[in-house]
Order: sequence, then structure tokens, then C-alpha cells
Amino acid sequence: MTRVEMTVDGEPCEHEVEPRLLLVHYLRDVLEKTGTNIGCDTSNCGACTVHLDGRSVKSCTVLAVQADGSQVDTVEGLAGPSSDGDETDGWHPLQKAFHTEHGLQCGYCTPGMIMAAKDLLEENPDPDETEVREGLEGNLCRCTGYVNIVKAVRTAAAELREGASS
Amino acid sequence: MIPATFDYVRAGSIDEVVDTLKEHGDEAKLLAGGHSLLPLMKLRFAAPEVLIDLGRVEQLRGVRDLGDGRLAIGAMTRHIDVMDDPLVREHCAVLADVTAKVGDPQVRHRGTIGGALAHGDAASDLPAALAALDGTLVAQGPNGSREIAASDFFVDYLTTALEDDELVTEVRVPKIVGPWGWRYEKFTRVAQAWAIVGVLAMVKRSNGSIEEARVGLTNMATVPVRASGVEQALSGRTPDAIADAAANAADGTKPSSDLSASAEYREHLARVLTRRALEAAAR
Repeated sequence: MTRVEMTVDGEPCEHEVEPRLLLVHYLRDVLEKTGTNIGCDTSNCGACTVHLDGRSVKSCTVLAVQADGSQVDTVEGLAGPSSDGDETDGWHPLQKAFHTEHGLQCGYCTPGMIMAAKDLLEENPDPDETEVREGLEGNLCRCTGYVNIVKAVRTAAAELREGASS
Repeated sequence: MIPATFDYVRAGSIDEVVDTLKEHGDEAKLLAGGHSLLPLMKLRFAAPEVLIDLGRVEQLRGVRDLGDGRLAIGAMTRHIDVMDDPLVREHCAVLADVTAKVGDPQVRHRGTIGGALAHGDAASDLPAALAALDGTLVAQGPNGSREIAASDFFVDYLTTALEDDELVTEVRVPKIVGPWGWRYEKFTRVAQAWAIVGVLAMVKRSNGSIEEARVGLTNMATVPVRASGVEQALSGRTPDAIADAAANAADGTKPSSDLSASAEYREHLARVLTRRALEAAAR
């Protein structure tokens, strides 16, 4: 067993883990943060995307021991506090935009899509359609045909830019 | 899918890596970014008894100017950091451009230049780029370090000239000086998949003609291949000669047939992509 310490969604955590434990299993099974999904389990589909020290990674292809000492952010840490009666008002602009633009059907790819899109928008606050598609090339969606996902990301980008300038 | 059990060693220095390799020989594998090795371990195609994590070996990161017309890129420099590095962008932007085509953003955030090369997969993009650049790799083992030319490093499918007790410490590439143009054409089944065939064309122009052309082929054999016949046919010619020269791009190659493509189709792709890449590079 190997000791790992990391900060996940702002909370410090520390565990003894088997070195072969994958980061996504650490998040889901040890920390019970099941917001991050396992899709293909072969680093193709991107459903398991989280941020490791601020950059998007596929957590099915990272060992928990490799994340030792790092900051991990998952979709579960994205929303801010919500006010009484409306759980959506604390949502991150990407979460809101995927909702309003119908950027999902079954929703399985959504946590990974949102975390990949967040990384993209941090690098490029105003991507055009091609840039969104290229930025999300590591994430597969089998329902939507991507059209509404691209719309959602660009809508969120506009809201984030407005928020940054106001 | 869960990898088989292994002993985990988090190395802190190159010396520690070499010592651990010396102790365990071929029972040990080096873990760089993990984006080639971990998928194989999850499928149990690889089951090393000892996994040596290079993630904390800071000596293996970063880019420096060797002062002899070359850059040295630390083996553990991640793809995203190669793409964004000011020295690479200024002196060897072709490498940054090919690196930007590796995998997808998440893969480029974890994968490393040394890991991708040492894995020795001819379907990955960087081996052909290093071959076209006439780059070298520096390997370190118990008896010191040695420099290996790209043309000698790749031996066979997933097999390199590295000994069991050696690691790649850095990758050396020449600075690209003068009026060079380049293009990497990569044909994939889906966006982030491995290249079915890839072609890096580099063209140095002078007074409207081609002074020098280099063509590196991805996935046209078990190792990266230079299309030397095409390169020679273009030397001193105008870009009008590209279409005829590219028709010979598959000469001397030995592509595989697999689920994605037959060998014949790969040969066809090599000819078409070589023409496209050369035309774009010569523009």
C-alpha cells in the first residue's frame, strides 16, 4: 500500500491505496464522488475527465499514486452554493448552458464534457465552433450529434466573458 | 479493467531510476505519462512486477538550448509543454505542430515526449517526426549515457534500442533554420484515434525550387520510415514535381493490415497524404 494525499474539490484527503488503484476508482469508490463516470475505461471516451492541477485528464488512465500531492477537481466541485428553493442557481455557467441548450440526452458523457470544456474555456475564452469541436475531440457523445454540446459551450463562454468583464 | 499488482517505486532522481532498473532488469517498467503503458497494463498485455514512476524526476523536464544548433527536450516534458515552449516554438515549431496532433487534449496534458518515443509504437506521431528531423535520443544506464540516432532507436514493433537498464533522459532536435515549410497529415478513423497513416513533409525552398525535402511516415512499417525516394526525387526540383514524386511514397514500406485498413489501402493513403503534405509544405 502507498500513502496518497491530495486535494479533491477543495477538500484535503489522505488514504493508503494499492498502487494499481486508478484515480477514477479512488474518486468513485474511496471518496464516493460518483459524479465522475467511467465510460470506455480505455482513455478514448473522456467520460472520466477531471482536472489534475488545473488541466483536463482522463482519470481512468492515471494512477491515484500519480496524483499524490496534486489538486484534483471534479464536476462535483463545480457548482457554487445555491439559494433557497432553486438548486440550479449555484450552477456553473457550463452546467446551466448544457441544461438550457439541451447539450445532453442520456447525460453519461456530460461530467466529462463539462470538465473538458472548462479546460478549453480557461485557455480560449471565445472559441469558434471548430475550436470547440477540436477542444472536445477527446470526449465522445453517442446521443446528441454534438450540435447542442457545441452550442452549450459557446453559450457558457459568452456568459463567462460577460461575468469577467462586469 | 484493473492492472495486475506491481511494486511501486517513486523515483526522485535519474540515478535512483538507473539503480532500480539495474536491480530489477526486465521485470521493471518505467512510468512516464502513462498514456501508452497504463492502457496496456489494464488490458494485462503488460504486467511489470515493478513500476518506476518518473513523475517526480525534475531533471527530466524542460527544454534547453544545447548551443550547437540543437535543442534538448527533457524526456518527461509533457506534450502540452513541448507545444507551448518558447524555445521549441522559435527554433523547431514543426515539432510543436506535430505534437499538437498527438491524441487529444487530455492525452497531451499527461503524455510525455520521452514516453511516446520509448514506447516505440510506429502508429504514434512523434517517431516519424523525430526521424524526419534527424533527431537523437539520449539514453542513460549504469555505464553512463549514450546518444542514439532516431534511425537506430526504433528497432521493431514496440521495440527500441534501449537496454533493460536504460532510460531515455532527453530528446535532441536540430534547430530548423531557413525557409522551411512543413505539414503533418494524419488520417484517422475518428478524431482522437491513432493514425492509420501519417505523413510529415518538410520542404526547404530556395528561389522557387525545392532545396531539400524530408518525408517521415507514421504507421507504414513496424518502425517510422523516411520516404527517401520521394526526398531524392524532389531535390533541386520545383513544386511541380511533387505529384510524380509522391506516387513513390509507399516504396520500400511494409504496412500492416488490421481492422482499420489493409496494407494496400495504407499504401494508397501514404501516396495521397505525401502529396498533400508536400504541397502544403512547399507553399
